[in-house]
Amino acid sequence: MLEVRDSHVYIRQTYVLKGISLEVRHGEIVALIGANGAGKTTTLSTISGLTRASRGSIQFRPDKDMPQRDITKVPAEEIVNMGISQCPEGRQVFSDLSVWENLLIGAYLRKDKKAVQSDLKWVCGLFPILRERSRQSAGSLSGGEQMMLAIGRALMSSPRLLLLDEPSLGLAPQLVELIFEMLEQINAKGTTILLVEQNARMALELAQRAYVMETGNITLSGTGKELAENEEVRRAYLGAN
Amino acid sequence: MGSYLAEQLLNGLILGSMYALIAIGFSMIYGIIRLINFAHGDIVMIGAFVTLGLVMNGKISFMVIVVLVLLAGALMGILIERVAFRPMRGAPQVTGFITSLAISILLQNLGILLLTAQPRNFFIPDYLQVFLHIGPVSLRTIDLAIIVTAIVFMTLLVFLVKYTRLGMAMRATAENLNVARLMGININRIIMLTFAIGSGLAGVAGMMWGGKYGQIDPLLGFVPGLKAFVAAVIGGVGSITGAMMGGYLLGFAEVLFVGLLPPIYSSYRDAFVFTTLILILLVLPTGFFGKKTEGEA
Repeated sequence: MLEVRDSHVYIRQTYVLKGISLEVRHGEIVALIGANGAGKTTTLSTISGLTRASRGSIQFRPDKDMPQRDITKVPAEEIVNMGISQCPEGRQVFSDLSVWENLLIGAYLRKDKKAVQSDLKWVCGLFPILRERSRQSAGSLSGGEQMMLAIGRALMSSPRLLLLDEPSLGLAPQLVELIFEMLEQINAKGTTILLVEQNARMALELAQRAYVMETGNITLSGTGKELAENEEVRRAYLGAN
Repeated sequence: MGSYLAEQLLNGLILGSMYALIAIGFSMIYGIIRLINFAHGDIVMIGAFVTLGLVMNGKISFMVIVVLVLLAGALMGILIERVAFRPMRGAPQVTGFITSLAISILLQNLGILLLTAQPRNFFIPDYLQVFLHIGPVSLRTIDLAIIVTAIVFMTLLVFLVKYTRLGMAMRATAENLNVARLMGININRIIMLTFAIGSGLAGVAGMMWGGKYGQIDPLLGFVPGLKAFVAAVIGGVGSITGAMMGGYLLGFAEVLFVGLLPPIYSSYRDAFVFTTLILILLVLPTGFFGKKTEGEA
């Protein structure tokens, strides 16, 4: 579905991605783990079009029976229309907008009013608190609620591929638990997920496959289970001795 | 005395209407790309001259002229954004600020070159010069027109920003450019529209300015530009409601200083106005409707 090939990215003269390649297949949950500053977020924003790679290519095929397209140079505001939606790091909900408006703006480009309504229903089913707080400003929500809103907003564009940046960041463990359960439900409904996480334990548990990033390179890859059992990964990211 | 006070309040309302219209654009433009646009006042000047040109060159009805001036201001705003500010996008804030000063000086000097610095008499149709007596106050129809037109435009703007899809996109873009792009919002188009709306309103304010004071010259934009800046800061820069409130507050403050203080102080009115600004900012550093977390440049 998504193929990143040898992507090199500079941000203000800093060499952030040093030629990474990764692949996401239809229906998968793929995790990207690694320490702070490894380039995980840059990888996501390169895919979503916010950051431009200086070298390499990104190919995307929304559905199995659709043609593959080169999205390397497509700007962010068009990529979302092609079926990739990014839920940015640190939630970044529009705090001046109401909860409801945040959800609606997720569907900004969509013309199919009926489908938007049914997606609204679905998202509010996943996160009932959003309906309860629909008239409140998003800035008044708690951290966990904002996370749910950010995921809901990203889902409102009806993406084939959801890019999630650190959904566990700063949240209480039970809340992380709940959000990961929701991710499973979202995936079960047919949305492919590429998940960036520092919480490697939970990410590897959830994901079918995973990549490990270190200072701008992908150093390891394998199934979630393989990586969870890998000595290096255990030592570096899972806190084992 | 009662009627004197009423007259002064009315003057404050008229002045405030114009300040508010100008301050809105100033605030919107700052809100969306964090640009202190010092060329904004010069759009007021352009609006005034376009009005004069249209009035002198034919029998176009004044209603139509309002719309044409709005469009002229909007086009000017779009042009300036495209030519001067878009290439500076992402540069440090001070770069944009200096660019706007340059544009302001450029527009003023172009005005002097093309139109001479000689003040010109501004014409308004006779029916806008009729004196009305309402209760204790007397005013010209143009004064009434200024007040009503300002309210109409502000109401339309608030409706647009609060209740339409475009307004929602504008608010989202003002809050976070990158995330707005992730939603599929074409931020270049939204920024252009913000300039168009803000500058259009400034153009209309220029028309009012000419009508109110009767004379215009290519440098007239400086004072309203500065006052609108103050009004926007009082209201909390970036907030449309704040800009409106700041505009009216400033209008009232200015007129009351002049009207209520002994006449020998009246030439210090701007000193009083700016002292008020300092006092307000001491108590409310981000203005009345400003956000607390406006840290980054």
